[in-house]
Amino acid sequence: MNLHINWTACDGRGLCAELLPEILAEDDWGYPLARSGAGADVPVPPELRQHARRAVDRCPRLALRLG
Amino acid sequence: MTAMLDTLVPPPRTGPNGSHRLLLAGVTTLDDHVRRNGGLPETAGRQIRSLVAEAGLTGRGGAGFPTHRKLDAVASGRRAVAVGNGAEGEPASRKDHALLSHAPHLVLDGLQLAARAVDAREAHLYVPSDAVAGVHAALAARRDPLAVTVHAAPDAFVAGEESAVVSAVGGGPAIPQDKSVRVIERGVRGRPTLVQNVETLAHLALIVRYGADWFRRAGTTDEPGTFLATLTGPVRTPGVYELPYGVLVGDAIAAAGGVTEPLQALLVGGYHGAWVPARPDVEISRAGLARYDASPGAGIVVPLAARSCGLVATAHVVTYLAGQRAGQCGPCVNGLPRLAETFIALAHCRSYPDLVSQVDRLSRLVVGRGACKHPDGTVRLIRSSLRMFAPEVSAHLTGWCTAARPAAHSDRIAS
Amino acid sequence: MTEALWYTARGTGVVSLLLLTIVVVLGIGSRAGRPVFGLPRFAVSLVHRNASLMATVLIAIHVTTLLTDPYAHLKLLDLLVPFDAAYRAAWVGLGTTALDLVVAIVVTSLLRRRLGARTWRAVHWFAYAMWPIAWVHGIGSGTDRGSAWYLALAVAAATTVAAALIWRLGPTFATLGGRREPRSTPIATPNYRIPTPINRIPTPINRIPTPINRGGTQ
Repeated sequence: MNLHINWTACDGRGLCAELLPEILAEDDWGYPLARSGAGADVPVPPELRQHARRAVDRCPRLALRLG
Repeated sequence: MTAMLDTLVPPPRTGPNGSHRLLLAGVTTLDDHVRRNGGLPETAGRQIRSLVAEAGLTGRGGAGFPTHRKLDAVASGRRAVAVGNGAEGEPASRKDHALLSHAPHLVLDGLQLAARAVDAREAHLYVPSDAVAGVHAALAARRDPLAVTVHAAPDAFVAGEESAVVSAVGGGPAIPQDKSVRVIERGVRGRPTLVQNVETLAHLALIVRYGADWFRRAGTTDEPGTFLATLTGPVRTPGVYELPYGVLVGDAIAAAGGVTEPLQALLVGGYHGAWVPARPDVEISRAGLARYDASPGAGIVVPLAARSCGLVATAHVVTYLAGQRAGQCGPCVNGLPRLAETFIALAHCRSYPDLVSQVDRLSRLVVGRGACKHPDGTVRLIRSSLRMFAPEVSAHLTGWCTAARPAAHSDRIAS
Repeated sequence: MTEALWYTARGTGVVSLLLLTIVVVLGIGSRAGRPVFGLPRFAVSLVHRNASLMATVLIAIHVTTLLTDPYAHLKLLDLLVPFDAAYRAAWVGLGTTALDLVVAIVVTSLLRRRLGARTWRAVHWFAYAMWPIAWVHGIGSGTDRGSAWYLALAVAAATTVAAALIWRLGPTFATLGGRREPRSTPIATPNYRIPTPINRIPTPINRIPTPINRGGTQ
C-alpha cells in the first residue's frame, strides 16, 4: 500500500508528518520527506495503515491518497 | 485539382532511401505532398497499430516510449482524444519548429492516422505560437476525416510535458498535473488521451505508407529508424539534421559542417540531458549513451568548446531551468533556486566548505518530489557535469578556473 | 414540560455558541502551519472537527426543542427561510441563517473528498459570516437577553474571536512558518543572461549528398 503525495496540492502543512513520524519527516521547507527516499509514492507498512488513513483524512489540502 | 489528387494518387512503391526520409518526403504544400507521398492511406486502425509495433517506433519527444504500447493503451479506452505535441519547450531544440514549417502535411497525416489507430473522436495540435499560422494554412488546404483544433503553446520549458499538454488542450493552464491519473486513461475532459510528439507522428505517416521493413532499414536493430537532431554551438552549419540511430558523434558533427574549434564535451539530449566526452566514436543511441547516463532525448547535441568552462555552461542552464519552475510543487519551487545558487557559486570559483555536499544534499531533496520530472532532469544534468568536469570542480574549489574563458566573461553554451 | 423544553433550548443554544467559538478560533489557528494553543497540528484539526460536529448536534437539539415548544411559534419552514417566524422574526431569522450556513459548511466538509478542494474551501469561508450571525442571534432572541451572565459569556466569546483575527492579520502569524518561497514566484536570477542561441541560427533542413549511415541503410 502506497501513500501518494499530490505535490501540486501539498502546501507543507505538516499534519501527515505528525501522524506518520515513522515514515515521514519534514524537509528544509516543511514539506513531507519520505524517510525511505521515495518521492511521490511512499510505501506504508501494514501496521501503520490506520494512521495513514487518518493522515489522508486530516490533510487540509486533500493532497494525500492511499492506493 | 487537389481533390482528385487526394484520392487517386497512390504512394510510390518504395519509401525514401537513406536517412533523409522526413527531409525527402516532407514538402510544404499539399499538392507537392500528395504528389510525393500519395494521399492519406486508408489503412485500418488495428493494422496501423500492428505496423507501428513491427516497426519498433519509439517516441521522438524525449522519453523514447514504445509508440505501439501507447496506441494500444489508448485504443482500449472509449471516445479517445489524439493530441500532436509540437510545443518544443526545450530552447536547444528546433526540430519541431522545422518539421511544422517544412513538412506540416506529414505531421497532419500522422495525426489523422494515429487518431484512427486509437479510434479518437477529437484531434488537437499543440504548437508554438509562431507556428500557428502555418499550421492553419496547411489545415485549410486539407479535407481530413477528423477536424483538428490548433492550440498555441506558451513559450515555457514545462509547457511541452505530457500532462501540461493535456491540461492546456482541455482549457486549463499549461503546467504538469499530478500523476496519480494517467492521461492514457483520463486526459482531456476525462477521456483517454494519446499525446505524441509531432516527429513521431511524421514517422508514423511514412511507416503506414511504406511498411515496417522500410522503417527498419535505418538505425540499429534495437533502435530502428531516424531522428531529427538539432546541432548548435561551435559547428560550421548549425541546424536540424536527420540522422539514423547509432550514428557516431563524429559523423553527426560532420553533417553540421564540422567544428569551428576544438571541443571538450557535448551536451546530449537537451537541458535535462547529460554531458558526454567529445570523442568521435561515441554512438548516439540509448545503448551507446547509457554508460554516460545520457540518452538521445529529443535529439539535441550541443558541443562545448575546449576553451569554455563546462561548469559555467552548466550553471547557465541550471539557472535557466530554475527559472522555469511551474511554481506549484514546494520542493521544486524552493529547492531549484537553492541548487542554482550553489552551483553558480561553484562556477564562479566562490568556494566554501562542503559546497559539493550541499549540491548533493539539495539534489537528493528535489528528485522525485514534484508533479513532473523537471527537478529530476535538472539534477541529472548537474550530476553529469560534476562527473564530466571533475578536474574543473577541484580547481574551482581551490578558487581558480582552468578554462581559457572563465566565468568573468558572459559565457554561453554556444559560442 | 414546556419549561424543560425552554431550558433545553436555551442551554443548547449557549453551549453551541461557545463550541462554535472554539471551532472558529481553531480554524484560524490551523492556517499557521505550526502547533498552536499547545496542540500539535493534527490535534488542532481533530478538535476543530469534533467541536463542530458536537455543535451541530446541539444546534439540532436546540432547533427541535423550539419546534416542539408552543411558545416559540416556530414552524418547519422557519428552519430554511429566515425572517418569516411568527415570534421575534428578526432574531429568529438570524438563527435560521446561521443554521443554514452551519449545515452547508458541515455537509460540504464531510463530503469534501467527493466535492473537491475548491468547492469545500469556498463554502468554508462562510464561517466568517456564520459566527457573527449566530452571536447576534444569541444576543437578541433568547429570554436571557439582558441577563448578566449571558452577556458576559457573549462578550468573552467575541473578544476571543476578535483576538484570534487580530493575531491572524498581524505580523507574527507567519503562515507556514515563513521559511519558504511563495509559490509561483520565478527565481530572481543573479546577473546571468541566459543564452538562447537557437533563436539566432537559421533552421534550414539540410540535404546532405552523402548519407550519414550506420547500421544498414540502403
